[in-house]
Formats: sequence, C-alpha cells, structure tokens
Amino acid sequence: MRRRPLGVALFVVLLALVPQFAERWVIDLFTEILIYALFALALNLMVGSGGLISFGHAGYFGIGAYAVAILGTKLGWPFPIVFVAVVLLSAAAAGIIGFFSVRLSSIFLSMLTLAFGQFIWALAHEWKSVTNGDDGFLNLARPEFALTRPSFYYFVLGTVVAGAGILWLVVHSPFGRILVSTRENPLRAEFMGVDVKRVQVIAFVISGIFSGIAGALFALFNRSVFPAIAWWSGSAEVLIMTILGGMHSFFGPVLGAGVLLFLEREITQYTQYWPTVLGLILVVVLFAFPDGLAGVTKLARLLPGRKKR
Amino acid sequence: MLKLQALRKSFDGFVATNGVDLELAKGERHAIIGPNGAGKSTLFNLITGHLKPDSGSVLYGGEDITGLAPHTIVRKGVSRSFQHTNVYPKLTVFENMQAALIAHHRMEYRVFTLASRLFRSEALELLAAVGLEEDADRTAGTLAYGRQKQLELAVGLASEPNLLLLDEPTAGMSAAETRHTIDLIGRIVEERGLTLLFTEHDMNVVFGIADRISVLYFGKILVSGTTGEVRSNPEVKRVYLGGGGHGAA
Repeated sequence: MRRRPLGVALFVVLLALVPQFAERWVIDLFTEILIYALFALALNLMVGSGGLISFGHAGYFGIGAYAVAILGTKLGWPFPIVFVAVVLLSAAAAGIIGFFSVRLSSIFLSMLTLAFGQFIWALAHEWKSVTNGDDGFLNLARPEFALTRPSFYYFVLGTVVAGAGILWLVVHSPFGRILVSTRENPLRAEFMGVDVKRVQVIAFVISGIFSGIAGALFALFNRSVFPAIAWWSGSAEVLIMTILGGMHSFFGPVLGAGVLLFLEREITQYTQYWPTVLGLILVVVLFAFPDGLAGVTKLARLLPGRKKR
Repeated sequence: MLKLQALRKSFDGFVATNGVDLELAKGERHAIIGPNGAGKSTLFNLITGHLKPDSGSVLYGGEDITGLAPHTIVRKGVSRSFQHTNVYPKLTVFENMQAALIAHHRMEYRVFTLASRLFRSEALELLAAVGLEEDADRTAGTLAYGRQKQLELAVGLASEPNLLLLDEPTAGMSAAETRHTIDLIGRIVEERGLTLLFTEHDMNVVFGIADRISVLYFGKILVSGTTGEVRSNPEVKRVYLGGGGHGAA
C-alpha cells in the first residue's frame, strides 16, 4: 500500500503523455473516460462511503452542462465565473435534493433522487425560454486556453486530477470516516454525537459539486447540450461504472469508467447488442466479484498480512 | 444527576412507560430490572432521545433534555450502549475508536486532514482500558460477541460521559466473559467517577455492580431502593425474583 502514491503519480504521467503519441480518437476516448471517471468518483462518495444510492446524478451532470451552455455561451460570462456558478448551482441543487432525500431511507431515498433527477430533466426539456428545449445548445464556446484537442485534454486532465485529489482527501478525512460510520450503523453514529442527516446532506453536496463539474466538462467536450444529458439512464450508467469498478475501492470507479467506455466503443463496432453484453458483464461481476474489478486486483494483495490502519 | 418525572410513552394504545419517576445521584450505580416487556429499553430510549415521551420530563444535571435529538444529548455527557451490539462491523477496532473520538472532538466536518493520523494514542488507551489493544487491527465484525460489547463500551467512553447507560451489558456472554465484564464495568465506573444506569437480566451481574435497584413492571416502577431493600421486598420476590427468593443472588 505504501507504493500507491507512486503508482498514482506514474499513472497521471502516462495519461499526460497520451496526446503526444495517440491518434485523435484515442485522445477523445481518454477525454471522455477522464470526465466520467470524475463523475463516477463523485457518485461513489455517496454510494461507497455513505451507502446512499443515488439514481439522480445525471441531474447534477446536466446542471453543470447547462450552466456552461447558458452562462458561458449564451450570456458570454467569463470562464472562471462560469466555473464558480457551476459549483454553486450543483451544490444548491444537491443541498435541496439531499435535504429531502436523507429523511427517507434505502429504496425510498433512491426513488426520491430519481424523481428529482427527472425533475431536472423536465426543466431542461420544458423550460424552453431558458434551455431551448429539445433543440438544446450547439457550438459551445470552450475556454481560450483549451481550444485545441490536446490543450482541451490537458484542461480536462488537470481538472479531473484536482477533483479526484480533493475527493480522495474527503474520503480519507475525519468527515469521510464519519460518513462511513453513518453507512455502517447510523444509530451508533447518532449516539456518538453525530448529526447523521447533516453529514449525509454534506455528502450529497460534495458529490453534487464534482458531478456538476464533470457535466460542465462533458458539455465543453461535446460542444453541445441536450436534455437527454439529464435523463435517468445517465444516472444508471455512472452507477454501473461505480459498481463495475468497485465501490469499496477509491479508484474502482475510475477503472469502471475506463472499462465501460472502452468496451462500449469496441463492442458497438461488432454488434448492436452492447446493452446485452454489458448486462452479461454485470451479472458476472455482481456474482463473482461483488467488490468490482478493483476487488479482483485486491484479492492477491489481501492474502498476506492484516489490514493496515 | 438524572431525574425522570412522570414519564409516559405509549405505542398504539400499549402503554410501555406508565408514569416513571426516578432520580439518580452522582456516582450512583443504578440497575433497572424487570421481566421482558416491562419497558426497560423504552425507558432508555426516552432518556437518550431516541423516543419522545408523550408526557413527563427528563432532567439531566438540572437541565430539561426532554425530546432533544440523541446526538445533542450525547454531547451533554450521556453515553449509552445497546442490547444488541452496535459497532461498525467493516471498520477495524482501531478505526471504530477513531470514529468515536472524531465525533467527540467535533471534527466530523473536517475534510482536509487524514483521519488515520488522528487520536492514535487516545484510541489505543481506551482499547487498553477495556482490554482490546491486541485486537486493534482486526475487523470489528469478526470479533467474538463479548469482545464486540467491550469495544462498544470503549466507544461509549470516547465521548467522556458523566452518565453511562448500558442496556444488558452481558447479554449473550459466556459465564467467564460475564465475570470479566462485571469487573471491567465496576473498575471503569470507579476510575472515571461515572454515574451508571443499566438494565440486566442476570441477577449476579445486578448484585455485582449496582448499589441501587429499581424494579420495572408493566411500565411502572414497582420498587426502588438499595440492593438489600429490593432483595427482601416481598412484592419483588413475587413478580420477579420468583417465589421464595432462591437463586436471586
């Protein structure tokens, strides 16, 4: 485990080298994977640490995307201010949704997040004067420092690495430990003096912020936004990435995002039955490796010695 | 220290707590005994804020704490354990203690420090106090039942309570574990100057720890007094200790 920081640094360096050697489609694929990796990491703060299964995360992703389109392109706000707005808007949405959702438990909490997520989709679809409805936004303006394909890639890489770093700190912080304890045993946590609901709402907010940032990057990457970005299947997709990669490992969701997007690209070239293949993969993972793909690599490491504290 | 006044709680017409008055002096070790369904756990839940009484009040250190949230009451110095073990099963014993200490030191909203570096010596100290230092790195859920209860005791102590509530601290333990736990609780309460309120079925445990006993029967306190008074009370013998009083001590 001591060698982990070195491994992560090496991994980031390798990612930084991608635009130097790779073809355009590879750069694009890695850009997309990085964005979804941040999205999945953000979701996993709730799912993995908090045990809070959100089915509405596409909503925050959509808020970030629409904020970039409306504030950045339509109103022409400078990029730093748009970025702050993305953070504030997704935090506000997650705070409100979290406030209501944590009053329910398990399946009801999930259903409420789903309903709120769909509410955000409906806003994007119906509030035409602001969102352009079905037509959405095209030709989004990218920040000046990220106009070329490689520079946009580095912009995404920098943002995602910074975001992942912050999320890593959160997961391993006192707050993260308490969040895990509310997952493990909310009653005990409460009798340790923890305001469980408040801790959970904060988890919603932090998770929402980084999901919103991921959505903003995704809109800039595609240079377009449509209501479908907030549709619930997007929430399911990122949840699948998290579970496929391994929700009890910090970097599991990154692996999940990479594997899922890579396979999706490869398999759709041969067959239109990609969802079927994905379903089969999930069945195997859920039964054979409940800790996800990260759990497979962990198996070997777990054998000798006891858990490090 | 603790004063309950005319506490009442009913669930769908079933009266679980039917006008309980009880007063605990500082340093007292008070046992609540009574048959199953007498309302012992409900009483605990009313004191610690998990349930709100229909009427009556809970005073702690002269302050009315009736109906406050559990996490607020814990902060005032009331700690409790549960009848069924309540640890964080997937965390190590050490991590369980750290979580308790983080909560106690109100650091639960800090995000830019590492939890693993916090309160290491305090955690080991508390684990040593309950005899669990050897198990620090084990996953809490894999500990034997009795040891999980000891961990729970250590977790309860992390909040530096003045009043400790233990709900059947030896339930499910072997005879040896029970003896060990009686000694442990006695020693900890003594060393830390705690006031103790506990429920228990095992009369050996009750007489081994308590200096006062209240008998709860159908949501009411039947008798309250010193261990000697309760032991010799004819009504208590009839409803609880069973007939001639043999086997009680």
